Amino acid sequence: MNEAASPAKTAPVSAKQALWSRYLRRPIGIAALAVFLLVVIAGLFAPLFAPHDPNFVDFALTQAPPNSDHLMGGDSAGRDILSRLLFGARTTLYGAAVACLTGVVLGVPAGVAAGYFGGLTDRVFSWISDGVQSVPGMIVLLIVAAGTGADFTVLMVTVGAFMAPGYYRISRSKALAVRKEPYIDAARVAGLTHIKILHTHVLRAVHAPVIIQSALTAGIAMGMQTGLQFLGIGTASDPNWGQMMNDGFRTMLTHPLILLWPSAALGITIAALAFMGSTLADLVSVRTEPAPRRRRRAQQPSDETTSSTGELVHPAELSALRIENLHVTYGTPHGDKQVVRGVCLDVAPGEVLGIVGESGSGKSQTVFSALDLLPMDGRATADGIWLGGQSVGELPRAKRHALLGTQIGYVPQEPMSNLDPCYTVGHQLVEPLRAVHKLSKAKARERAREMLLRVGITDPDRVLASHPHQISGGMAQRVLIAGAVAGNPSLLVADEPTTALDVTVQAEVLELLRELQQEYQMALVIVTHNFGVVADICDRVAVMKDGRVIETGTVEQIFAHPGDPYTAELIKASQDDTASRAELDAAWTKAGRTVHT
Amino acid sequence: MIRFTLRRLLSGAILLVVVTSASFFLAHLAIGDPTAGLLGDSATPAQRAALRQQLGLNRPLLEQFWDWLSHAVRGDFGTSWRNFQPVSDQISLRVPVTLSIVVAATLLAAVVGLIVGIATGLRPSGILARVLKLASVVLFALPGFWVSLMLVMAFAIKLQWFPAVGYVPLTHSASGWLRSITLPSIALALGAIVMIAEQLRNGFLEVNNQDFVRTLRARGLSARRVTLHVLRNASPAALTVLAIMFVGLLGGAIVVEIIFNLPGIGSLTQSASQIGDIPVLLGLTVVTVVFVVVVNFLLDLVLGWVNPKVREK
Repeated sequence: MNEAASPAKTAPVSAKQALWSRYLRRPIGIAALAVFLLVVIAGLFAPLFAPHDPNFVDFALTQAPPNSDHLMGGDSAGRDILSRLLFGARTTLYGAAVACLTGVVLGVPAGVAAGYFGGLTDRVFSWISDGVQSVPGMIVLLIVAAGTGADFTVLMVTVGAFMAPGYYRISRSKALAVRKEPYIDAARVAGLTHIKILHTHVLRAVHAPVIIQSALTAGIAMGMQTGLQFLGIGTASDPNWGQMMNDGFRTMLTHPLILLWPSAALGITIAALAFMGSTLADLVSVRTEPAPRRRRRAQQPSDETTSSTGELVHPAELSALRIENLHVTYGTPHGDKQVVRGVCLDVAPGEVLGIVGESGSGKSQTVFSALDLLPMDGRATADGIWLGGQSVGELPRAKRHALLGTQIGYVPQEPMSNLDPCYTVGHQLVEPLRAVHKLSKAKARERAREMLLRVGITDPDRVLASHPHQISGGMAQRVLIAGAVAGNPSLLVADEPTTALDVTVQAEVLELLRELQQEYQMALVIVTHNFGVVADICDRVAVMKDGRVIETGTVEQIFAHPGDPYTAELIKASQDDTASRAELDAAWTKAGRTVHT
Repeated sequence: MIRFTLRRLLSGAILLVVVTSASFFLAHLAIGDPTAGLLGDSATPAQRAALRQQLGLNRPLLEQFWDWLSHAVRGDFGTSWRNFQPVSDQISLRVPVTLSIVVAATLLAAVVGLIVGIATGLRPSGILARVLKLASVVLFALPGFWVSLMLVMAFAIKLQWFPAVGYVPLTHSASGWLRSITLPSIALALGAIVMIAEQLRNGFLEVNNQDFVRTLRARGLSARRVTLHVLRNASPAALTVLAIMFVGLLGGAIVVEIIFNLPGIGSLTQSASQIGDIPVLLGLTVVTVVFVVVVNFLLDLVLGWVNPKVREK
C-alpha cells in the first residue's frame, strides 16, 4: 500500500496505473480477466448473440443432442440451451452486482468508521458483524424467499448483507492501520477535518482491498444465487443457470450434457473471478513469498570470495570457534544480496570475543552462519568452519545440528520474542534437556530449577510454571541464559544480549554472563553495537562494517589505538552516550565493580 | 477460567435470543399471511380465516412472540402448521443426518487441511504448495452444491463407487452409512480443506520467521519437535477458520442434502419455507444457532488452551 503512504497528489494515479500494468503482466491474471470479460460481454449482448429465443419451446428439441443449429442442444422443455446460457449470464452478473453493492454499502462505511474512530463505534459494529457471521445465512434466505415471493433483487440484497462482514473486516483493519500512521496525526494538527482525512487518506488505502474482496464476494454470491435458483427459488421466467442446473440434475442419468453446460459456465465464471482476486491480492499485499530455494552451501566461487577480511590468531585445532572466509548471501526478488563478505575470526576456549558494528554490518549473520541457523532464503559459504577444534563446515546438516545445545549455547537479543508464547518456561527449559540430553523428566526439571537459581531467579518454581507473557524482560533474558548454559556448552554465542533490556538490568546480565563464562570456562562470542559492553567483558574485538571485518585486536589495543576511523567513531559514540553510561557505571559500582575503560 | 466460561455462555445466550427474535419478526413480516401457502390456492376466504384463528395469527404480533418465546425457552417449539406434529420431533429425527455429514466434513477438513497445511508450510515453495495455492483459489469460491453435482456425475454415475442418493442410518448399517455420507461430506469439505491448509501454511511462514523458532533450533531440538512448536503457534487462525466454516457448512448442507436426497434438516428447511411453516423454520433457526454457539464456545476453549494469553484477556 505504497500509495497510502505517499500524500503527493500524483502518486495514486501512477500507483494505480502501475498496479494494472503489473496485473497485465501475469498470465493467470490476463486469462482470468479475459474469461470474465467474455462472460460480461455475453451477458450484456445476449440478445445479439443468442441464436434463438431463450424461452421458445420446440418439442422436437426436447433433450436433443447438440447439432449445427443448436450448438449445445435442447433442454427438457425443448428450449435452446446456448441461448438460455447467454441470457442466464445476465441474471448471474446482475445478482452478483447487487450482492457486492449491498456488501460494500453496508460493510465499508461501518468498517472505516470502526477502524478510524475505534472505541464504542468499533465495539458495536464489530459485535453486529460477528453476530451476522454466526447466523446461518441459507435459512434466513429461505425465510426471505418464502415471504417476498422469491423476489430476486431482494434475495440478492440479503445475500449481500451476509457478505457485508467480509467488507467490514477488511476496511476496518485497513482504516486502523492508516489511523496509526504519523501523517494522519500531522493532518489532524494541520486542521484537516475527519471527513477530509477519511476521504483523502483512508478511502485511498481501502479501495484496493475492497476491489479484491469484491472479486471474492461476487464468486460466492454467484454460488449462493445459483444454489437458490437450483432449489427453485428466484425468478423462474428469466433464464438462469441455477434452474438450468436443476433441469440437468433431474435428467443427469440419461442426458448428462444438459447438466454439464450450465455447470461449466458457472464453474469457469467463478474460477475467473477467484483468480482475478488472488492475482490482485498478490500484487497489492506486502507479504513476500519465499524465493525458490537454491542449492544449500553451493561451493560456487563468487567474484568476491577471494578477498577475506579479519585475522585468525589461534591454531585451528585449539580454537573454540573458527570461521574462515565466510560469505552470506540472501536471495531477494531483485537478485542476490551479499551481507557478509569474507569474514575470518576465531576464539579460544575461555576467551571472550566481541563482534562490534552497527546494525546491518553483518555481525548477527556471521554468528547465525556459524551456528547454521540462517533463515531459509539465506545461504552461507565458507572455506572452513571449526567448532571445538574440529572442522564442521562440510558436515551434513543433521550432524551440525547435533552440536547445537550440546557444544554451543545461544543467547538471543530480544528476550520476549525468543520464548515460545504457547508453552510455560518450565516446558521450554525441560524439553531440550529431555530430548537432547536424554535426562529423565524429574532430573530435567531439577536441572532447570537449578539453572534458574544459578542465573539469579529467586522463585524458580513460580517462573517454571509461568508463561512468557507473565514474566519481565530481564527475567526472560535470565531464563534464556539458563537455557543456553543448561546443556554445558563449550561455546556460548550471545547476540546483543543486553540491547533490549533496561540499563540497570543490562549491567546485571553482563555480569552474569561473565560469571558463567568463567565458571564453566566457556568461550564466549558476544555480538554488540556498544563498545561499553566490549570494555566490560571482552578480551578481543572484531569490528565489522558492511559485511567485512575492518579491524581486530585486544580490547586494550583497540581502545588505545583504534586503527580505523570507523572504530574510533564507534568508541566515541558509545562514550558520548553519557546518560546511559553514567547509569551503567552507577549500577556497576553498586554491584561492587569498577569499570575499566 | 470459570469467569471466561460464564462470559462465553452468556454471550452465546444473548446471541441466541437476538438471532431467534430477529428471525421471528423477519419471518412474520416477510411471510405475512401464511394461510395461502398452507391451504393452497383453492381455499376459500372463510377457510383461511378459520385457520388464522386456529393458529392464533389474529393476536398482536408481540403477544404471539411472547407466547412463542416463553414456550421456546422450555424447549417447546410448538407444532408444525402443516401436519401439527411437534416441531422438536421433526427436527430431532433429521438432525442426526445433517450432523453426520457436517461433522464428517469438519473432521475431514481438519485432518486433511492439517496434513496439507503442514506439508506446504514446511516446503513453502514446493510443488504441493503451488498446487494448494491454485486449488485454494478456485475451491474456496465454488459452491458446495456445484462440487456435489460434479462428484455425483463422476463417482456415483460414471464410476458407480458410491450411491448417488439416499441415506442409510448408522444404526442400520455402519458401512452403508459411511458410503452414503462419503460424497456429501467430501463435497462440503473441499472448500474448507483448502481454506484451513492455506491458513496453516501462512501461519507457518509467519511463525517460522519468529525469533523463538531459531532459539528452539539453537537448543538442539529436532526438526519434528520444532515443527510441533510452530504448529501450535500457527493453529489459532486455522481453528478460527474451521469454526467459521462449520457455520458455512450448516448452510451449505441444505442444498447438498437435497442433491443427495438425504432426509436432514436441509430438505425440511426448504419445504417449510415454501409453504411458510413458521414454527418449523424458527425451530430450525434455534437448532442451527445453538450449534454455532456450541462450536464457537468449543473454539474459545481450544484457543485458550493453545495460547494461554487469550485466557487472560
